[in-house]
Amino acid sequence: MKVLMLGWELPPHNSGGLGVACYQLCKALARDGADIDFVLPYKADHDAPFMKVTSVRPEGVIEVERLAGTYDSHKYVFKDGTEQMVDVFGQQQLFEQAVDEYVQQLDEPFDVIHAHDWLTFRGALRAKERTGLPLIIHLHSIERDRAGGNAGNPLVREIEATAMLIADQIVAVSQHTKDMIVKDYDIPADKIEVVHNSIDKSALDPLDDENAYAYLSALKSQGYRIVTNIGRLTLQKNLPNLLYAAKEVIERAPKTIFLIVGSGEQLFELLDLVGRLGIGKNVIFTGFQRGKQWRDAYAIADLFVMPSISEPFGLTALEAIAYGTPVLMSKQSGVAEVVRNSLKVNFWDVHEMANQITAVVQNDSLRDELHANALHEYAHLDWQTSSKKLFGVYDRHAYPGVTV
Amino acid sequence: MNQKAIVLYLHVHQPFRVRHYTIFDAGVNHNYFDAPLGEGTNNQQIVQKVAEKSYIPMNRRLLQLLNDYPQFCLSISITGTVIEQLERWAPEALQSFKDIVATGRVEIVAETYHHSLAFFYSREEFEQQVAMHRTKVKDVFGKTPQVFRNTELSYNNEIAAWADSAGYKGILAEGWDKVLGWRSPNYVYRPSGTENIRLLMKNYKLSDDIAFRFGNKHWAEWPLTTDKFTHWLNSTHNATNFNLFMDYETFGEHQWEETGIFGFLEDLPQKWLATPGNAFMTLSQAIDTYDPADEIDTPHTTTWADTERDLSAWLGNGMQTSAIQALYDLQKQVLATNDLALIEDWRRLQASDHFYYMCTKWFTDGDIHAYFSPYENPYDAFMAFMNAYHDVRYRLIEKGVEI
Repeated sequence: MKVLMLGWELPPHNSGGLGVACYQLCKALARDGADIDFVLPYKADHDAPFMKVTSVRPEGVIEVERLAGTYDSHKYVFKDGTEQMVDVFGQQQLFEQAVDEYVQQLDEPFDVIHAHDWLTFRGALRAKERTGLPLIIHLHSIERDRAGGNAGNPLVREIEATAMLIADQIVAVSQHTKDMIVKDYDIPADKIEVVHNSIDKSALDPLDDENAYAYLSALKSQGYRIVTNIGRLTLQKNLPNLLYAAKEVIERAPKTIFLIVGSGEQLFELLDLVGRLGIGKNVIFTGFQRGKQWRDAYAIADLFVMPSISEPFGLTALEAIAYGTPVLMSKQSGVAEVVRNSLKVNFWDVHEMANQITAVVQNDSLRDELHANALHEYAHLDWQTSSKKLFGVYDRHAYPGVTV
Repeated sequence: MNQKAIVLYLHVHQPFRVRHYTIFDAGVNHNYFDAPLGEGTNNQQIVQKVAEKSYIPMNRRLLQLLNDYPQFCLSISITGTVIEQLERWAPEALQSFKDIVATGRVEIVAETYHHSLAFFYSREEFEQQVAMHRTKVKDVFGKTPQVFRNTELSYNNEIAAWADSAGYKGILAEGWDKVLGWRSPNYVYRPSGTENIRLLMKNYKLSDDIAFRFGNKHWAEWPLTTDKFTHWLNSTHNATNFNLFMDYETFGEHQWEETGIFGFLEDLPQKWLATPGNAFMTLSQAIDTYDPADEIDTPHTTTWADTERDLSAWLGNGMQTSAIQALYDLQKQVLATNDLALIEDWRRLQASDHFYYMCTKWFTDGDIHAYFSPYENPYDAFMAFMNAYHDVRYRLIEKGVEI
C-alpha cells in the first residue's frame, strides 16, 4: 500500500499534538507494511526511518524555515536572496503549489492520498485533482474545537467544509469529533470513520525515585492532595472553569493544591482570576515544562483534570494514567470513549466538577480504584489497532469494488 | 414412592437509593434518598414501576394458583425497606402481598430489615435489624418467620451457628459446587457445628434457567416450556427437594411479561402435579418432611452472586471496603444520639445495594449489561454515598458528638 501523506509538522518541530499523532500513526502503519511518502511544507531533520519524508517548496523558493511558535511563523527564502515571512493562508497557497508540482513529477504510482487537518487540505485537493487518487482526510480537530465552541475563523471553516465534501473518505479521531462534523458541516455520518488515537508507551520515559516537585511531595506527606492540569493555557482548555471549581473545592478541602502546567495566551487572565478568587495559596503555575518536570507533574498528582470545552481526543489523559494518576475529563472529550474508568463532567458544570474533585481528594480509595481500572484499559491501547482500522479504509478506496 | 417437591422461594427487595447527592448538599440538607422525579435514583418511580410490572400482576397470578391448587405453596422474603416503600408509594401492591400471605400457604423468611451486610461488621447491629424485620413482618403480615436468610444469600458456618442459636429451624444458602462437592443441592442438609437447624441450598442451574436464561433466545434450551422443565425434574431421580430460589422481580421485571414468564408460572403447578408423588413445599415443610442427607461445612462465605459466589461484588474493591467500614465506624456515635431519623438514615445507607453499585469488576471488563445500577458508573455511586456519609458525620458534629 503506497500512501502519499500530507502533513504540516512532525516532531521535534511540532507546536502541538498533531505532529506527534501523525508520527505515531505513520510508525504503526509502516509496521503493518504501508509505504509512506510524508510530505511537509518545511525542511528539517526528522528521526523517522520508517518512512520517506519529503520537503516540498514551490519553484523559486530555496528554503522554508519553520520558526519557533505557532502556524504563522514560516520564513521563505527565495533564489534571489530575498526573504519573506508568510502567514498561514499564504503558506497553504504555497504548499498547494508545491504539492501540485511534486505530484506531477512523481513516476511511482500511489494508491491513496491521506491528509492531516485543514492546513494540508488545499494541497490535498489539488493532488487529488491532478492524480485522480482517492483522498482520505483525517480530522484531528475542527475549527469549532480550536475556537472553544464558537464558530471560529470562516476562512478555515470554508477549507474544512470544501475538503469534507470533496474527499472520498473522512477519518475522525473520536466519535465526539465525528458527531461534531455531522452536526456542524452537514456531512453524512457514513462518510466518516472513527479511528481513535492511541499512545506510544515506549516513548514515555520512566519516572525516577525522586519527584522534581519537592515542595509538593512535602505537602502530600502533610495530608495535602494535588490536582493537576497540563496543557496549553488557551480558550479551548477551559481553565477558568477549573479555577472556579478550585475555589469551591478549597473551601471544603483546604489541603488541596492545583498545579497548572503549561503556557499560552490565557496566562495573565488566569493569574488575575486566581487573585480575584482569593485562592493564590492553593494554585501553582509552573509555565511550560518538558522532560522530568513534565513527567513528574503527572506523577505527583492525585487527580488529573482535563476540563476542555471540546477535545477531539486528549492525549494528556492517557499520559496521566501512564504516570499513575486517574483522570477527570469533560464529557466533550474524545478520549472519554476509550477510558471508561474516568470521572466525567460537562465542561460548563463547575459545581459538579468541584463535587467530583472534592470526592477524589477526600478519598484515596476512589483515586486508587479509578486509576487501577483505567490502567487496565490503558494496557489495551495500541497504535496498531488504529493502523489496522486505517488499512481497512485504505483497502476500501484503493481497491474499490473488490469485496472480500 | 419417593416424594419430590418444588421449593419455590422468591426474594422481594428495593433499597433506598442515594440521589445525586453532592458535597454542596452535605451539611445543607439531609434528603439523601429523595431524588427528583425523572432521575434514575428516584425510589418512588422505581418501586411504582416494579409494582406495576411485577408485584401486582405476579401476585394476582400467585393468588389464582393458590386458589386453584390446594397443593401449591411458596416462600418469600420481603425486606423492611421495600415494605416501607410499598406502604408509601404502592399500597395496592402491598395489599396483594398480604392477600397471598393470607392464604396460609406463603411462608415469610427472616432477614435484616435493611438488606445489610451488618453480620460481617457488627453483630449487635445485625441482630437489631433482624429483630426490626421480625416486628415489621408481624405487624404487616401477622406472621413470625421460622427460616432465616442473610442478605445476598451470604452464608457460612458462623451465620448458621447464629441462626441455630437464635432458634430458626432453617437457613438458606447458594448450592455452590465448591461447597457441595459431589453432593446434590436437591436434599436437606445440616450445617457443620449445629444440631437443630437445617440448610436448604439453591439449585442454581434450575433457578437460573428461569431467573436469567428464560428469555434468552440464544440459549440452547430456549424456549423453556413447563413440559421441558418438569421433564428435567421428573427425570432427576436422586432428589427430594428442588430449591428454586430467585429474585421475585424475575417475574415481570428481569424477565418481561413478553417472554412468557407469567405463562410459565401459571402452567407449572398443573404440569408438575400431574405426576403422582410430586408436590410443592414451603421451606419449613421441606425441612419438616425430609431428614438431612449430610452435613455441610462452609468455612468461607458464599453468596448467590457472580461466578465467584463470594462477597466480592459488594466488598471487592477499596472504595467498597472503605465506604462500608467508614459507615460502621459511626455506629456507636449514631446510636448514642437516639435521633431516630439519623439512625434510620444511617441504616438505610447500610443496604448492600449501595456497595454493589460501586463494583468495578464488570465495568472494567466492559460488560455493563451484567450490571444493574441507577448510576452512570461505580465512581458516581461511591461519590454520592460518601457525600451522604459526610453529612451523617456533619449531623453528629452538630449534636456536639466527638468523631
